[in-house]
Order: sequence, then structure tokens, then C-alpha cells
Amino acid sequence: MHFEYSIIEGDFVNAGAASSAVKKTLKQLNLSPVVIKRVVVALYEAEVNAIAHAYGGTIYVDIDSEKIFMKVEDRGPGIPDLELAMQEGYSTARPEVRDMGFGAGMGLPNIKKNVDKLVVNTKVGEGTTVEMEVCFVE
Amino acid sequence: MEKNTFYHALQIDEDKCIGCSHCMKICPTEAIRVCNGKARIFENRCIDCGKCYKVCFSKAIYLKQDDFDSIFDYKCRVALVPAVFLGQFPTDIRPSRIYAVLYELGFNHVFEIESAVSIYAYLKNLYARDHTDDYPLISAFCPAIVRLIQVKFPSLVNNIIPVKPPVDITAMYARKLLEEQGCNPDDIGLFYITPCAAKIAAVKSPVGEEKSIINGVINMDVLYNRVYKKIKEQGKNYVAPQFSKARLSSDAILSSLTNGERRLCMAKRSLSIDEIDNVIEFLEKVENDEIEGIEFLELRACDQSCAGGVLVCENRFLVSECMYARARKVAERERNGETTRDLEINKERDYLAKNSMVESIKPRSMMVLDKDISKALEKMERIREIKNMLPQTDCCFCGAPTCDALAEDIVRDNAQLTDCIFIQRSLEAVDNMKISEAIDITKKIWGNEKLNISNDE
Ligand SMILES: Nc1ncnc2c1ncn2[C@@H]1O[C@H](COP(=O)(O)OP(=O)(O)OP(=O)(O)O)[C@@H](O)[C@H]1O
Ligand code: SF4
Ligand code: SF4
Ligand SMILES: [Mg+2]
Repeated sequence: MHFEYSIIEGDFVNAGAASSAVKKTLKQLNLSPVVIKRVVVALYEAEVNAIAHAYGGTIYVDIDSEKIFMKVEDRGPGIPDLELAMQEGYSTARPEVRDMGFGAGMGLPNIKKNVDKLVVNTKVGEGTTVEMEVCFVE
Repeated sequence: MEKNTFYHALQIDEDKCIGCSHCMKICPTEAIRVCNGKARIFENRCIDCGKCYKVCFSKAIYLKQDDFDSIFDYKCRVALVPAVFLGQFPTDIRPSRIYAVLYELGFNHVFEIESAVSIYAYLKNLYARDHTDDYPLISAFCPAIVRLIQVKFPSLVNNIIPVKPPVDITAMYARKLLEEQGCNPDDIGLFYITPCAAKIAAVKSPVGEEKSIINGVINMDVLYNRVYKKIKEQGKNYVAPQFSKARLSSDAILSSLTNGERRLCMAKRSLSIDEIDNVIEFLEKVENDEIEGIEFLELRACDQSCAGGVLVCENRFLVSECMYARARKVAERERNGETTRDLEINKERDYLAKNSMVESIKPRSMMVLDKDISKALEKMERIREIKNMLPQTDCCFCGAPTCDALAEDIVRDNAQLTDCIFIQRSLEAVDNMKISEAIDITKKIWGNEKLNISNDE
């Protein structure tokens, strides 16, 4: 099954809309709550990053009987130093983003913790794609 | 073995039900459909929140209860009375007067349910201390909330604090005390005066337990009427015999109201949320891990918590105000040292603590389309195709609460695409359906009467 959702820049009010929709779908599939939680947490962080650090983008989700594949693609500034960005606590979040409770620098590390496969492709000035995969059976 | 039907106190009286669909539209778990002109409740989805009961203007939804006279099946008849019961009466009627009437009606013991609140709060705080990984913890006080989490938020069952609510603790205490006083265990009948459907269901089929120790439930509205009538009959100058005094602390009196548990919890950050739709909105966020730093959630299905229970007779705001007034009076006496917070029940704390944990609260998701994931995916794909054909008007004409619900019902083989009136029209337009066929479908959903067509056409 394939789903697509669009993300709008700066739209923090609707942050989590896509992960909520995906959650609803997964709940219908008799998956363990642990797996669902991992998916939702990872997707939510990637979604917020596209809202906070980029200019919006698109989420692609593919589900089959073994796994869920999620791709969050944005047209943003890209990440100059990915290794640094992956570190816990590193954040370039603007003050107004921090005021909303984001910007602890925990998003990317949190994604890594929750997914089975993570590929980040990023190019400064062009954008970032975050590809995540979670397997349903351990 | 897994049980898949659950006791529900809410029943539909088919003679009174006119199939108006109000209940169907308001049900938070989409548990109601209209079929043959009557509302029908899907047992596995209903969480006993009572919303349908409140909205039904035909009074077609009723609450099954034990016959009042069944108290006389026991020699030792115990009334377990919640503080909201007193909250319905005018403030000039003293609690001891109300309790006296309960004795006159046939009970020989009155136990105030909230006397167990300090033990209850102690156990919850203890549990919270050892389960920081499961934050935010959720109170199991309101049975409708426990069921809501089981069916709609199965991933949160581990957040529920598995401590039995005060009524169970008080019931245990009452039984122990009476047995120690020499009562034969079989002679003791514990009757719970209930403010709501959820509590009835919790007594009749408790979550995470084999059987409740409570022997019966009496609906609060029925008892309120009996008691109030008697007080009226006895008149102002009647000197009521003193049987049982109100002993609750101010904290205990307020515990079933919104914020009542929150006031007694040690959490640094906690929230009280009442009314089921508010709760659902918040639990969506909790489930997404969007909520940080909140340690405890007091969640109640009714607006104004138990003061808004479906069987509470007075207006919920007035009941709440009345309880606050009573609590304020008691608090003043507490400050002046005129009353002690130390109730007899607290001497049994260790015994009660040992027996107050619920064994396990298991998820029983209502959402799973199929146990087999490949089949579930196929069904999901079909639901999506069907949704695209439906008009998204949520008109309810098909007998389902929303277009999405119909799509799901179709895939679950509980409905057909032609139940949708828009599909019917489209089929008629291309001569794929006769008007008479469409009428037959409508009759099947809404019954014969609503169409006003003579049967001998
Ligand atoms: N989609 C993106 N486009 C551009 N930069 C990004 C993107 N995602 C992450 N970054 C950069 O990587 C940093 C670390 O991201 P991470 O999600 O770990 O933390 P954060 O978003 O700053 O804070 P938190 O996620 O804890 O609220 C960000 O501050 C930002 O500089
Ligand atoms: S009690 Fe609540 S959940 Fe059950 S059918 Fe009525 S509205 Fe729905
Ligand atoms: S809030 Fe109180 S009255 Fe309402 S359903 Fe829950 S326990 Fe019953
Ligand atoms: Mg982030």
C-alpha cells in the first residue's frame, strides 16, 4: 500500500498529521504496539525536521506484509555536516522553533534508535531525503 | 481463553427506539449502527461511556440493573455509597440523615466508598515511583477510560496504573470487617450505588480479574428517588435515628470530581482531563509520543467527572458545587483539629494493599482488520477503493455513522456498497437498479414505518 502526504513549511500546528494517519493505518494491521510506536516516533521526528529546518516537502509511505518504508523528502537548505547533525544535542534550531519546544537536537538520533534502516541523502542548497525502514517481525 | 464479548449495562429498548441515529452520531467509538429502524450496539466496541444514553430523547436506551429487592437475598446488606450520591441532595439535608434513610430502606451497613481514597492514592504513588518508564501513567479510576484505551489505544495499556478503584478497596474492607464481626461470608451482600454505566460494566465483567467481590449494583437515580421521597414524607421535623455518620476527609469527598485524584498525586507535572472526546484528543498525542514531561493523567469519561455520570440526578455543575461546599466545611474542621483524617480502614492498609492490584489489562483492539497482515492489507486497500466511491457527506443514510465507517463495514461484510444512497442514485441513473430495489434497501436499514408506503402496492 502506498500513501503520500505533503508537509508545509512552518506548519507546526499540523506537525504529526502524517504520523497520526500512518499510526491509524498500522493499528488496523494487528502489529505490536512497540513496532507502531517506533514507526510513529521516527516519522514524527522526520516530519518536524522538514517543517522546522526545511521549506516543507513530501512524505512517501509504502507498507507491505513485512515492513514499512518511509521517505521524507524536502526542498530545504540541506545538512552541511551530517555526522554532526546525527549527534545527540546538536541543533541549529532558530529561537522561535525552540520556543515551541523543539530544538533539543534529539530528533535524528531518535530516528536512528527506532528504525531498522536509515539513509539520509542531503545536498546543501537542494534538500534532504530521509529514508527509513521498520520491519514488522523481529 | 480470550473473552470476546463484554458485559454492557446499556441496552436498547426496541419498542421505544425510533431509529433516529442521534446515538450513532455521538458514539466516540462508532459502536452503533441503525438496522431495521433500530439502533444496535456492537458489544466489542462499546466502552460504556454513556454518551448515547444522554443523547437519546426517546429514552430508548436504558441501564440494566439489579432489582432493589435483591438486597434482601442477603442477611447482611451493605450499601457502598459514593460521595456524588450525597452531592445530589440540597445542602440542608445532612449526610447522616441520608444514610439513615438507607437503613430504613433495608440496608444494615453503609460504607462510604471514598474512605479508601488515601490507600488508593498511596498505592498509585507507590506504583508511579517504580514505573517511570511508563510515564505518563493513567489512572484506572474511570472504567470507561480503561476500556477506551483497550479498544482504541492498545499501545497505552501499560500506561494504566493497575490499582483497583476505591470502590473495590472499600468493598474488600467491608467484607473483611463484617466477616471478622462474625458474619457468614455467604450472608454478606455488597451493593454498589453506581453513578454510571461504566461502573456497572466494571462490576459485572471486571477488566483483568475473574469476578468482582461486589454482589450487585443499584442505579443511583433509582435510589435517589426513593431516598428523596422518604425524606419528603418524613418532613422537616423528623428526628432521624443516628446510624452512620459521614466521615470522609475533604480530599476524599472531592476525589471523584475533576482534579480530585490529581490533587493527591505526587507527580511534578500532571493533568486532569474530563469528557471523552477531550480524552481521545489528548490520548492521540500521548500515543504519538508528542507529550513530554507529564507524569500522571487523570482521565474521566464524563464532563465534570462523576458529577456528570449518566445516573446522577442533579445538574453536574450543581452537584460538583455542592460537593465542594461540603468539602470546604470538612476542611475547616480539619484545620481546627476537630476531626481526624485517620479512618479505621487505614489500619488495614497492608492487607488491602496486597489485594488491590489488577492482574493485567490487555489490549483488545477494535481496529484490527485481520489477524493476518497480508489479509489486513488487502482489506485496507479495498476500504480505500470504497472510500473513494463514497460521497464523504457522512449523511448516515446508510445506517453507519460516517462514510468511512460504511467502507469498513462493507469490507468486514457487515454492509453493502448499495446501502449508500448516492450509489443507489448512480445505479438508478444508468438503469442498473430499480427504484423498488433501492426502497427495499432503505427499508432494511430504516424499517418500514419511516417510508410511509402501504405494503399492498
Ligand atoms: N530536513 C532537514 N533540513 C535541514 N537541516 C536539518 C534537517 N533535519 C535536521 N537538520 C539539521 O540537523 C540538526 C539536528 O536535527 P535533530 O532533529 O536531531 O534536532 P533538532 O531538530 O534541532 O531538535 P529536536 O529534533 O530535538 O527538536 C538540526 O538542528 C538541523 O540543523
Ligand atoms: S456507551 Fe458510549 S461507547 Fe457504548 S454505544 Fe453508547 S456512546 Fe458508544
Ligand atoms: S467519569 Fe465517573 S461517572 Fe463518568 S463514566 Fe467515569 S467513573 Fe463513571
Ligand atoms: Mg528535529
